[in-house]
Amino acid sequence: MQARRVVISGMGSISPFGRGVETLVESLFAMKSAVVNVPALNDIGGLRPRVAALVPYINPKEIPRKHRRSMSPMSVFATLACQEALSRSNPPAEYFTNGRMGIIIGSTVGSPIMTEEFFRGYLATRSTEGMRATTFFQIMNHSCASNVAQTLDINGRILAPSSACSTSCQAIGYGFEMIAFGKQDMMLCGGADEFHPLSPAIFDIMSAASVAYNDAPHLTPRPFDLRRDGVVCSEGSGIVLLESLDSAKMRGAPILAEIVGYATRSDTSNIADPNSDSMEACIRQALEDAGISADRIDYVNAHATGTIQGDIAEAEALNRVFGDNVPVSSLKGHLGHTMAACGALETIASIAMIEKGAVVPTLNLETIDPLCANIRHVRSVERLSVQTLVKNNFALGGVNTSVVIRRYEHD
Amino acid sequence: MTDREIITLIDTTLVNEFELNMADMAAEASLKDDLGLDSLDRVDMVIVLEKAFGFKMGEEEAIKAIRTLGDIHAFVINKKQLMQ
Repeated sequence: MQARRVVISGMGSISPFGRGVETLVESLFAMKSAVVNVPALNDIGGLRPRVAALVPYINPKEIPRKHRRSMSPMSVFATLACQEALSRSNPPAEYFTNGRMGIIIGSTVGSPIMTEEFFRGYLATRSTEGMRATTFFQIMNHSCASNVAQTLDINGRILAPSSACSTSCQAIGYGFEMIAFGKQDMMLCGGADEFHPLSPAIFDIMSAASVAYNDAPHLTPRPFDLRRDGVVCSEGSGIVLLESLDSAKMRGAPILAEIVGYATRSDTSNIADPNSDSMEACIRQALEDAGISADRIDYVNAHATGTIQGDIAEAEALNRVFGDNVPVSSLKGHLGHTMAACGALETIASIAMIEKGAVVPTLNLETIDPLCANIRHVRSVERLSVQTLVKNNFALGGVNTSVVIRRYEHD
Repeated sequence: MTDREIITLIDTTLVNEFELNMADMAAEASLKDDLGLDSLDRVDMVIVLEKAFGFKMGEEEAIKAIRTLGDIHAFVINKKQLMQ
């Protein structure tokens, strides 16, 4: 069977910089940091990080109550990001209901905010009395995907991958495959997460959260930098609309880029520790899937979260695949770690780099860690004609993911 | 509580919970067709009214027959009287 070509025809972003793809891209190129000190974290016993990157206030009431009632913040983020992606691509109404448009949107967990609210009452009273009917729909792990489907009345496939940092990169990859194999024509793919102290706590107990820059939040995280000290958790949603090339051309949709390769692999060497061999295997498999050699890659958008081990392992893997000549940068210094949203938000930013003919450097990379010096770091905004790039995401639990994205050359 | 006070508290509670317009809170208004409350909302309606009035009503057989806002008014007024 001949696989169909798959393109990106829409993008939507709710990020710590605010609403919209334009806001995201402008902020990244302006080298802004979205990381702030969060005083609300001060009174949590045992928690050392005091920094995060939070989505500026959005009034959820722009979503009708009928749909909003089952949404926690992460579903609001995902819905608004989907609306932006669709508004730019403007698919005809029949696509929504003919079963050929699907949704793949995941989150790290179901709403931690609503989970806390439920258990606060439950543990205090040992009773479920007073539990609202809409609570479950926010706690369930496919909350974002279901809420988006209900709100936008999309009737095709629905899936909610949950693989923490790899979630939305996997969503894009699985959407790519479903369209390539003719099972769907169009798919909204991405991820969302809402901030809760649970996120930094998970990294903190593993000594992988940034704690040294609580009073200078804009200086952290610091991917690949000698003075990096860990992850900064954030929130948001990134969504891309994938579409078969035939469909996009037929309806005259904007074609922003093409997905040409994808790989995701389980790293069984350790459930928590990153492993450069596994990362390398994943990147090589994605290149193989794309049918291109490593020397065709012009830019790598790294996962690099600013942890000691993770950044070294990724740099080693990239060095083995690409040598020390392919420009590499991470966007975690700007955005923090948007968790399940990061793969899609970083994909959106990478596509913007293709469009602009320039790449964004790693924010807060001042002194390159000698153990990460084996790759070519982007240190300032660089003019670069990117034809093909690799987007990596590697997750706790041993879930590695790489996507290969290519500039779309119009006929 | 007078019957009027009970009705006002019911209407205000439902307006706040379900973002309704007070002008639409007529006794004859159908919960489903006029106020747009579906089965999920009816579960939450019972919960917010139980909280507002401080007594249980979710397991009452009569609650299943409620169709209009006036039915709720009558149900709660009756329940209050029985409790006194």
